[in-house]
Amino acid sequence: MSAVPHPAGTAGVVHAGNRLYRSRKRVNFMLLGISGLALAFGLFWLVWILGTLLYEGGTALARASLYYQMTPPPGSDGGLANAIVGSLLMVGAGTLLGTPVGILAGTYLAEYGRSGWLASATRFLNDVLLSAPSIVIGLFVYSVFVARVGHFSAWAGSLALALIVIPVIVRTTDDMLKLVPNSLREAAMALGAPVWKMITLVTYRAARTGIVTGILLAVARISGETAPLLFTALNNQFWSTNMDAPMSNLPVVIFQFAMSPYQDWHRLAWGGAALITIAVLVLNIFARALFRKTD
Amino acid sequence: MALDATATSVTSDPPHSRPARSAPWIETAFEWLTRSFAFFVFCILVGIVASLVLGSQLTLGKYGFSFIWSAEWNPVTEEFGALVPIYGTLVTSAIAMLIGVPVSFGIALFLTELSPSWLKRSLGTAIELLAAIPSIIYGMWGLFVFAPLFQAHAQPFLVSTFGGIPLVGQLFAGPPLGIGMLTAGLIMSIMVIPFISAVMRDVFEIVPPMLKESAYGLGATTWEVVWRVVLPYTKVGVVGGIMLGLGRALGETMAVTFVIGNAHRLSASLMAPGNSIASALANEFTEAVGDVYFSALIELGLILFLITTVVLALSKLLLMQLAKSEGVRA
Amino acid sequence: MNATNASIARDRPTIHTAVRRADPQAPGAADFKPKFRIRALNFYYGGFHALKNITMEIPERKVTAFIGPSGCGKSTLLRTFNRMYSLYPDQRAEGEIVLDGEDLVTTRRDVSLIRARIGMVFQKPTPFPMSIYENIAFGVRLFEDLSRRDMDERVESVLARAALWDEVKDKLQQSGQSLSGGQQQRLCIARCIAVQPDVLLLDEPCSALDPISTARVEELIAELKSDYTVVIVTHNMQQAARVSDYTAYMYLGELIEFGRTDEVFIKPKKMQTEDYITGRFG
Repeated sequence: MSAVPHPAGTAGVVHAGNRLYRSRKRVNFMLLGISGLALAFGLFWLVWILGTLLYEGGTALARASLYYQMTPPPGSDGGLANAIVGSLLMVGAGTLLGTPVGILAGTYLAEYGRSGWLASATRFLNDVLLSAPSIVIGLFVYSVFVARVGHFSAWAGSLALALIVIPVIVRTTDDMLKLVPNSLREAAMALGAPVWKMITLVTYRAARTGIVTGILLAVARISGETAPLLFTALNNQFWSTNMDAPMSNLPVVIFQFAMSPYQDWHRLAWGGAALITIAVLVLNIFARALFRKTD
Repeated sequence: MALDATATSVTSDPPHSRPARSAPWIETAFEWLTRSFAFFVFCILVGIVASLVLGSQLTLGKYGFSFIWSAEWNPVTEEFGALVPIYGTLVTSAIAMLIGVPVSFGIALFLTELSPSWLKRSLGTAIELLAAIPSIIYGMWGLFVFAPLFQAHAQPFLVSTFGGIPLVGQLFAGPPLGIGMLTAGLIMSIMVIPFISAVMRDVFEIVPPMLKESAYGLGATTWEVVWRVVLPYTKVGVVGGIMLGLGRALGETMAVTFVIGNAHRLSASLMAPGNSIASALANEFTEAVGDVYFSALIELGLILFLITTVVLALSKLLLMQLAKSEGVRA
Repeated sequence: MNATNASIARDRPTIHTAVRRADPQAPGAADFKPKFRIRALNFYYGGFHALKNITMEIPERKVTAFIGPSGCGKSTLLRTFNRMYSLYPDQRAEGEIVLDGEDLVTTRRDVSLIRARIGMVFQKPTPFPMSIYENIAFGVRLFEDLSRRDMDERVESVLARAALWDEVKDKLQQSGQSLSGGQQQRLCIARCIAVQPDVLLLDEPCSALDPISTARVEELIAELKSDYTVVIVTHNMQQAARVSDYTAYMYLGELIEFGRTDEVFIKPKKMQTEDYITGRFG
């Protein structure tokens, strides 16, 4: 390695044999290596958790009885049919309740509320709500709804889920609508369209993929939520589609079964866990693919 | 992805004019419709705080501030205190952050500076999938897979390595149970990694290339550029991201409930079972009998909500400040 | 035709006086010692062929200017000299760039050692998020282990050289970003010379500065050439005429003409060069 002399012959001959240089190189190599290890660390857990789910839940998922038998009493075998249906009903109802609210509120933020206190305050609080602990949402719905009505119900559960859906959709709608270029809006106005038509017919249309992506992500989010359902929908051993009564659902069933000492229940819990995870991952990946296609 | 906390879209105001032919009542009606829903969202947060305050009136009145530092938790004598759950919440979150922040930094560094571009997206998505996995899954995996292994191998190792050291040894004392505050904290650290690393990645990506090239141009190594230029440049965003992770950790329920051990005890050892606010609520709320018990639990919820709101609000403020200064610089 | 002749006549007096101001002695070719020898250099951004067969020499201790319309490749060429393209996987160079006997393109030596000898200043000032003192010290500490007193001296001397010392000597601990644009750019120049390079690469250093700051930076450049080989990319022809000894005119990735500034501006050899200089296209 050749030495590189500096002009004016001052101190500071920099070559590969220089001690300072070598230690800097060592430090660089080590720390960059550690960052690679950090990535491997993160991926390691992902692979392990998903692998466990497939392994433990795989056998349960393969059994057809999972899908048509009801949740069994302690110590016996059965399925998750009522829990699956209950989850579908409540996730569906929660999404139906929360989506219009989220879209309309997000529309206000993006289209009308560029100035003024309500829009910025709402945006701020919405983002806080987005990451707030979902168990508190459950407490809230319990206090204002379940306590008033006097009993647990699937409606209460759906309401709690809707409250989790809303901030997600407000955020994505706001972001997606803001991405629509103003030139599109101006073109619509130039044709004589009133503002509300411009928004509903032109802007929504332009942002529809993004908004749908937001809805999918919200559904994925609430599919796995347990805490808000603990004090609202509770659980139900039997088959029920009565929204006005406690309803079985996958997350709470998993919670109950997993914390119990029964092997059969554990197996069913793993099956339910695998089912939820597959649904959530599929929704997520699908939403991303959809979103990317529009770029 | 649209849900990242630093999304900024700087566009000018949308054009609004009133063409002569429009039916004015539809216009105003639509605007009022959207405004009222926005107002509704605004009210949700306010409503939550209000209902929690109302619901915990009993214990608020009975104990006042002493609720926070009382370690009592006796449903029979109806004496309650929040110290144990608060302690558990803070300790598990601290463990989660101590591990999660450096790991997230390493991941963000790797993905922005080291990984080839074709790999970047798939690796980034993989890490983000960690956030998609529901909390209850982490809980189950933690209880059935991680805890037994932790108990059999890692915990004895920790006890033998650190047990002898004077102060630190206290943290690793007691029988290896597998579950406990340490386990809960470790599992939570995995859960916060995708959030913190996503924000760090986003802020690292918007560092102007010219600034990095200036440092490389002087002959700096990649690590030196990241540590001395990129990180100080993005520090506001980085702190915002860390606070976002902390906010999530504080409120984490199911994963913690499965493995924390549900014990209303204060102990110095991290390996001991304990309780967090969220896990106490999850375990006890449906079984609670009596107005005082009830009110105590709701007050716990209020405390948790207030803590997380403050942390998340700070995070949001920092990230907003970053967005604003980016606008100034750009 | 007459109109064009008239415009040429109109333009010439300005360039004439500018060139005379830059280099009154007008030394002969004897003092041209090549610092960089570039042979058949081709550069690619992915599939795009950005530099086509460039062959030239950059003289030592002189100011060489690269001029040409947008997209001609002058910045690209400049950035090959310190291997900045190595940061980006889809950029590659073929050919030879020989600096003091070493081919930068194919060398196996660590790039950071090469970059230590070559300083670069960018279009927009890029002060590091540190104090003024630390901005300078950062680079020095990469290669030298100086005592506090020696470092203070080094910081002071380079800031003085960059004509910035008097303005910042009382606020060395303040953030580098608190300075004005012109001051920040001079800080960046000071930062470069603190690590004692032999070459300075300036990529449109004045494009973000006001005229007064520009004039000060140009004064600085004229001074610095006694110790450093300076290569400056500029889209401002008058600046090139004011400041440089040699000029290279580039167009669409090719080197059209290279020679002494006064010759290139007053008696260009190629029609293309003359067209650009007289403003027939931009």
